[in-house]
Amino acid sequence: MKDRFNLYRFASPATFYPLAGTLIPYFAAIAVLFGIAGLYLGMLVAPTDFQQGEGYRIIFIHVPASWMSMFIYLVMAFWAAIGLAFNTRLSGMMAQALAPTGALMAFLSLWTGALWGKPMWGTWWVWDARLTSELILLFLYIGYMALTAAIDDPRRADKAGGLLLLVGVVNIPIIYFSVKWWNTLHQGSSVNLTKSSMATTMLYGMLLMAMCFWMYSIAVALMRVRTIMLERERNADWVKAELAGDVQ
Amino acid sequence: MKTRHKKLALIGGALAIIGIIAALVLNALNSNIALYITPTEVAAGKAPQGKLFRIGGLVKEGSIQRQADGVTISFVITDTAKDIPVAYKGILPDLFKEGKGAVAQGKLDGAGTFVATEVLAKHDENYMPPEAAKAVSDAQAGMSANQHVSPSSAEAAKTGN
Repeated sequence: MKDRFNLYRFASPATFYPLAGTLIPYFAAIAVLFGIAGLYLGMLVAPTDFQQGEGYRIIFIHVPASWMSMFIYLVMAFWAAIGLAFNTRLSGMMAQALAPTGALMAFLSLWTGALWGKPMWGTWWVWDARLTSELILLFLYIGYMALTAAIDDPRRADKAGGLLLLVGVVNIPIIYFSVKWWNTLHQGSSVNLTKSSMATTMLYGMLLMAMCFWMYSIAVALMRVRTIMLERERNADWVKAELAGDVQ
Repeated sequence: MKTRHKKLALIGGALAIIGIIAALVLNALNSNIALYITPTEVAAGKAPQGKLFRIGGLVKEGSIQRQADGVTISFVITDTAKDIPVAYKGILPDLFKEGKGAVAQGKLDGAGTFVATEVLAKHDENYMPPEAAKAVSDAQAGMSANQHVSPSSAEAAKTGN
């Protein structure tokens, strides 16, 4: 029984730390490859758009960042639920490691959206449901980081932050369906699981960039979770052994 | 029931309650969340009196008229059921075109003209090269032309012609 593969083994920081360390370079390399392919397809191969000309190409950053900002939040809320229910050590660390990347994605989404809105719509910002709910998402990320940083005991910080994450999860369907439920300046979604209203090369460029953002997010979240592990478990034997090995 | 299952059920229940509350609040705020109202809603008297509001719809084909100064513009916003004439002085976004979406902020004057202080373009979710767009519009023009010349096209389709 002892040599049977057991997934729960990796729920322990002592085993997850070296695994994450091994995986990071692969995710980083794959992110670069997807990024090169996506930018090549998006900037050089994809055709000019019939109404927006070349300006639409900001979509290759804007949409992957927006998707990522929503997806990372869902993953954090998932870890929060696991952490609250099963009291696992790793869950809170995972949620905290993802938060800055999620905030970055939400910010990128809003920023590229503003840069895109000015030439196409005629305004940087408008208080429509899509833009406002995405702004709330950015505030949720910042609020989560501030809350967990303000509580000294990491286990209590995880619990409080986890509650905030779970309450805030209602915002995700609101962002996604806002363009369907209300009159907004933002247009409806071009792509979902069943249909796409984009030319094929445009779509592939966007999907490649989305994969690049995924891999990048995984790589930096793993790097961050390793740091958090060392910090939180600094009195554990495995950390002392790890650090002794590094310092020599 | 184990403690952790109880906790999971609690979390699930709390999430469901939060979801229901959010749905009720959003439903109550519905009219405030909408960025603009349509000409049909304006005709139904839903426009706020004496306050700035936004109307949205399509810019009616052939309705854009420019004064000699180049910045005084009038056009018609339509949702194909009702029309509202709009007067505007200022710079329009590049994507503002006849037959395309637009959102205007302003007030109704006594004569029923919407005096806009800001006009934004609303584009659709389609992205394609110009050739593809032309092919689509040609095909649509062809279809409507066919319908126009033969009112019995439905019958023809039935018989397989």
